[in-house]
Amino acid sequence: MTILYILVPAALAVIFVAVLAFGWAARRGQFDDLETPAIRMLRDDLTAATRQSPPPGPERED
Amino acid sequence: MSATLAEPVTRSGLSCVHCGLPVPSPATALPEADGPFCCAGCRTAWQVIHAAGLGEYYASGDRRLAAVTPSGRRYDEYDHPSFESLYGTTLPDGTREIALYLDRVHCASCVWLVERVPLAVPGALAAELDVPRSLATIRWNPGVTSLGTIARFLDQLGYPSHPFQGGRGEANRRAEDRTMLLHIGVAGAIALNVMTLALALYAGWFGSMEAEYTRYFRWLSMALTVPAVVWPGRVFFTSAWGALRARRLHMDVPIALALGAGTLRGVVNTVAETGPIYFDGVVTLIFLLLVGRFLQQRAQRSAADAAELLHGLTPHTARLVTGAGVEEVPSRSLVPGVTVEVRPGDTVPADGIAREGRSALDLSVLTGESAPVSVGAGEPVFAGTVNLGATIRVEVTQAGEASRLGRILRELEAGMRRRAPVVHTADRLAGWFVAAVLVLAAVTYLVWSRRDPTVALDNAIALLVVTCPCALALATPLTFTAAIGRAARQLVLIRGADALEVLSRPGQLVLDKTGTLTEGRLALETWIGGAGLEPVVLGLERHSRHPIAAAFARAWPTRTAAVIEDPASTLGAGVTGRGGDHRYAIGSVAFVLARAIDPNRLADRIPGHQTGVLLARDGVVVAAAGFGDPLRTDSMAAVARLGERGWTIGILSGDAPGAVAAVGARLGIPPERVRGGVTPEGKLAAVRELAARGPVVMVGDGVNDAPAIGAATVGVGVRGGAEACLAAADVFLAKTGLGPLVTLFEGAERTMAVVRRNIAVSIGYNLVGAALAVTGTIDPLIAAVMMPVSSLTVILLSVRSKTFEAPR
Repeated sequence: MTILYILVPAALAVIFVAVLAFGWAARRGQFDDLETPAIRMLRDDLTAATRQSPPPGPERED
Repeated sequence: MSATLAEPVTRSGLSCVHCGLPVPSPATALPEADGPFCCAGCRTAWQVIHAAGLGEYYASGDRRLAAVTPSGRRYDEYDHPSFESLYGTTLPDGTREIALYLDRVHCASCVWLVERVPLAVPGALAAELDVPRSLATIRWNPGVTSLGTIARFLDQLGYPSHPFQGGRGEANRRAEDRTMLLHIGVAGAIALNVMTLALALYAGWFGSMEAEYTRYFRWLSMALTVPAVVWPGRVFFTSAWGALRARRLHMDVPIALALGAGTLRGVVNTVAETGPIYFDGVVTLIFLLLVGRFLQQRAQRSAADAAELLHGLTPHTARLVTGAGVEEVPSRSLVPGVTVEVRPGDTVPADGIAREGRSALDLSVLTGESAPVSVGAGEPVFAGTVNLGATIRVEVTQAGEASRLGRILRELEAGMRRRAPVVHTADRLAGWFVAAVLVLAAVTYLVWSRRDPTVALDNAIALLVVTCPCALALATPLTFTAAIGRAARQLVLIRGADALEVLSRPGQLVLDKTGTLTEGRLALETWIGGAGLEPVVLGLERHSRHPIAAAFARAWPTRTAAVIEDPASTLGAGVTGRGGDHRYAIGSVAFVLARAIDPNRLADRIPGHQTGVLLARDGVVVAAAGFGDPLRTDSMAAVARLGERGWTIGILSGDAPGAVAAVGARLGIPPERVRGGVTPEGKLAAVRELAARGPVVMVGDGVNDAPAIGAATVGVGVRGGAEACLAAADVFLAKTGLGPLVTLFEGAERTMAVVRRNIAVSIGYNLVGAALAVTGTIDPLIAAVMMPVSSLTVILLSVRSKTFEAPR
């Protein structure tokens, strides 16, 4: 069971890295708004064609 | 285009190509090659979206089902240097950033549209929307475009904006939230690991664990627990210390006591290598309590945002008339005696007297009435009202804080500050709880020190730890958070748990009339005249922008408008025109009678509390119409239901006393509790007077109700009017009608029942635990099982209980 002297600290080291990652994400504001990103992806992005050539005036779509 | 949309079956069979709502009637449909549109607002939005190359907005069937109503504001103040310094920030690269509160954002298409602003407005660099808070963060290049341009663009799409006093306070709060999350993360990671270690220790308790590994695990637990107590757990100690210094007891005192005693005893026992360590209990406690606290704080946050929005109601710049012309100045620099110019779409910057010009003003900010009111030279105008008609010049009599709006806002703030804090049930219990636990611990120690001094201290500490009101402290915020979340799904938005506690017990309920009990818009209630005249009326009224015109169109959706030649509209009075061989005049009683040769008695048949409209053909009055503000369909049932629940209901309204009394009588409210013709200041005084007798709940819909809403124990805002100004309310009903009000009161009652049940359950656990500790039979295993089980029970009870579910 001597292996515990290596395994437990190793496990704790992994947890420490996870906590660091969580702290990084929290400080970057990844958890500030949990609602909007979920809604944002519901609509597709503009296609390249529409983005490149905005028509000059009101136009009809058929 | 419209062929690709699902077209709902309507009377006219058409649906608006922008919002998808049914087009009410061919009479109101705007004849358009691209159309049909339900209203001018939707047509503008459609054109703007296509002009910006965002036609893909219509590619998906999912979009906002609401007609676009632009506010008509000009947003010139957004481009004033003082505005920038008040609300915005300049980034290091020279671009600027601002947070704007947008009205009416709710859905996925709103996010899509608002965040496409950079594609539509050259110079706008980024736009990001935070839906739960309705905040849009916009970054733009001041060299290319102006914030006013961006704000006008958003307004045309149906998102009027208000500046949000972000910047400093906002950054602080964000940082605070993030730190709290980090604490939760650290505490959670440590708690799970200490529990794993504890599990091994408990398993070893039965089996044969070598002493070497037992010691190793105990020291590891300690090494993990101490940082958790010192870092994330510190908040409980500082908070308890603060409470003790203020000579008050709240929930944090017993918590800090348990955490402190448990940790110290655990450390001593680890070093001495005897007795129980309490580390697993301690860290789980810290983790769960932090989660509870975080949830509670998030809910209360938004209340603070709200008060700031009110300041967006007053304009920041004014057009000062000088000898050399018109000059734009900050409205703070206005002094009584100067003259300002107010153009159409402008907000009146100060109180004053109109000197030149005639126009119609939207006074809804002060009166709650949506109908425009006409003003002429010599008549008073008030800050915050919006000019809808023509340019007028106003001599300033009172500006800034001294204006009527300034005073109302100040009263509102004062009311919100003075509001008596609601004592939470859990906190009220905490005092007794601490006293009982301390006495019990002392008794345990004394009794055991006579019988067996070696275990006396351990038993006393076991008592402190096991009776820690974890479940109690976690249960209340969790239940409230779960209930608030459920309520939000039913469009009842609640800020803070205080409101729920007050609403659960019957008290005094004060309702506003216009827009709350009633529709808040005119409807045809009396019509004396032949059906043959209806097309003529519609034809004439097509040339008027008065709300009466819209009310006629709503009343007769199936009629076609007659063709009227030579129409002439007099602002706020009426319309004249020629149809066939006849000359017609329609409008207010005075307007028509002044043009009539035969003023017969038709006008007298309109009931007194209704707004009268006459129609004259070739000088003969041939028809009369009476308009009123009809009761909402669910008002009657809601008032009856709340009355049954024991609420004392009254009405306070700014409308004419006659009309208010009529509504009160129909709802069966005793006349002594129904008051009409009350000013915003009067409403405030009345609510204060009632508040002296007990908790008051005020329900209203406009800025004129805002001071009273602020002064009431709980203020409820109903949908309609400017959403930003009602954000000051504790509860906001985002669904029209009074039905949600009943949902709110019944939900609050069920929520408090759940809270009480949770408190009972957790006290039950504590009693059992205390009994075991006092008798000295508690061992670490039982404590380890009881801790999480009690917390889990309470969490499940809180989250699963149907507080705001629609019955059945």
